[in-house]
Amino acid sequence: MDLTEEQLERYSRHIILQDVSVEGQEKIMNGKVLIIGTGGLGAPAALYLAAAGVGTLGLVDGDVVDLSNLQRQVIHFTPDVGKPKVFSAQEKIAQINPDVKVITHNKRVFADNIADIIKDYDFVLDGTDNFAAKFLINDACVLEKKPFSHGGILRFDGQTMTYVPGEACYRCVFNSPPPKGAVPTCSQAGVLGAIAGMLGTMQAAEVLKYLVGKGDLLTNRLLIFNALRMDFRTVKVKKNPDCPVCGNNPTITTLVDEEQPVCDLKR
Amino acid sequence: MNVKVNGKDQAFDKEALFVKEVLTICEVSQPDMVSVQLNGEFLQKEDYDGTSIKDGDEIDFLYFMGGGILY
Repeated sequence: MDLTEEQLERYSRHIILQDVSVEGQEKIMNGKVLIIGTGGLGAPAALYLAAAGVGTLGLVDGDVVDLSNLQRQVIHFTPDVGKPKVFSAQEKIAQINPDVKVITHNKRVFADNIADIIKDYDFVLDGTDNFAAKFLINDACVLEKKPFSHGGILRFDGQTMTYVPGEACYRCVFNSPPPKGAVPTCSQAGVLGAIAGMLGTMQAAEVLKYLVGKGDLLTNRLLIFNALRMDFRTVKVKKNPDCPVCGNNPTITTLVDEEQPVCDLKR
Repeated sequence: MNVKVNGKDQAFDKEALFVKEVLTICEVSQPDMVSVQLNGEFLQKEDYDGTSIKDGDEIDFLYFMGGGILY
C-alpha cells in the first residue's frame, strides 16, 4: 500500500513515531476491528480508531440513542436521539475520516450470531454494558481464537485487560457472571461520563498497539483504576488451569447465552 | 500480621484469618461481586471459608464491572 500525500499528512503524527512509522500506519490501515457496543466505551474507542485510520471498523449495537446516553457516549449528538446507534456512529466516522470503511451490525450479539459476526475481524473490542454479553464475547473469542479487549466501568472505577489466544482470558479471572441477586439495581449504579472516555481510549490504544505489533499488551494483567482517588494499578493474573473455557478441561465448548437480566431503566 | 490487600500493606490483629473474614473486615459487602486472588492464584467461592491467610500474603479483590450500568 502506498500512502497518498494527503494520508502522509493526516497520519504524520503517527508516522514520525519510531514505533509506528509508515509500516505501522499501513498495518493500522489494513486492520479490521470490531467494536461491540457503541456506548460509553465503544464511542470514544470508535472516534480514536477512526481518526487513526483503521481500515475497517465494524460496529455492533441494537440500541437507539437515548438522551441519557449523551452524558458519556460522545460519538452520538443531541439530534441523534432516537436513531440507531450504529448509524449515528457511522455518520460521525465518515466525517472524521472518510478512509475508514464502516460495517454496521444493527443488532445485539447472541450465541447464535456472534461467531459469524466476529470471524472477519482481526481484533474485537468489548464495549458492552452487561455481563451476558461480556462472557459471550470472551467465550466466542477464545473458541474462535480472536484477540479482544475487555473493558468495564462502574461509578468512578474502570477495568480493562487484553486477551490474545494462549493467554489468560476473562473467565480465568471472573469464572462466571455474578448471581443476579448479588448486583445492585440499575438505579443504584451510575457512572462518571469521563471514566468511559478514559477506559475506551485505553482500549483503543491496545487495538493500535496490537495492529502495529509494538509494545506490551495488557495480557495477563488487569488494569484497574479509580478516578475519585485517581489511582491506577495493574494486577497480574495468569491463565487459570481450571478456567471453564480455556483451561485444561474446558466445560464450555459451544456458545450459550447467559441469562440476560432485565433492566427497568433506560440505557 | 501484615498482608498486602489490593496492593496496599494492611496490618491485622490476628495471626491468621480466613478469606471470608478478610472480606468482612475489608467491607466487601457483596462477596459475589468479587473474584479473589491469593498470592497469584484465584480461589473458588466455596474455598473462602476454609482458606486462611497469613503474614506476608497478598490478596486482591477484583470487582465485576459491567458497562455504564450494572445489568
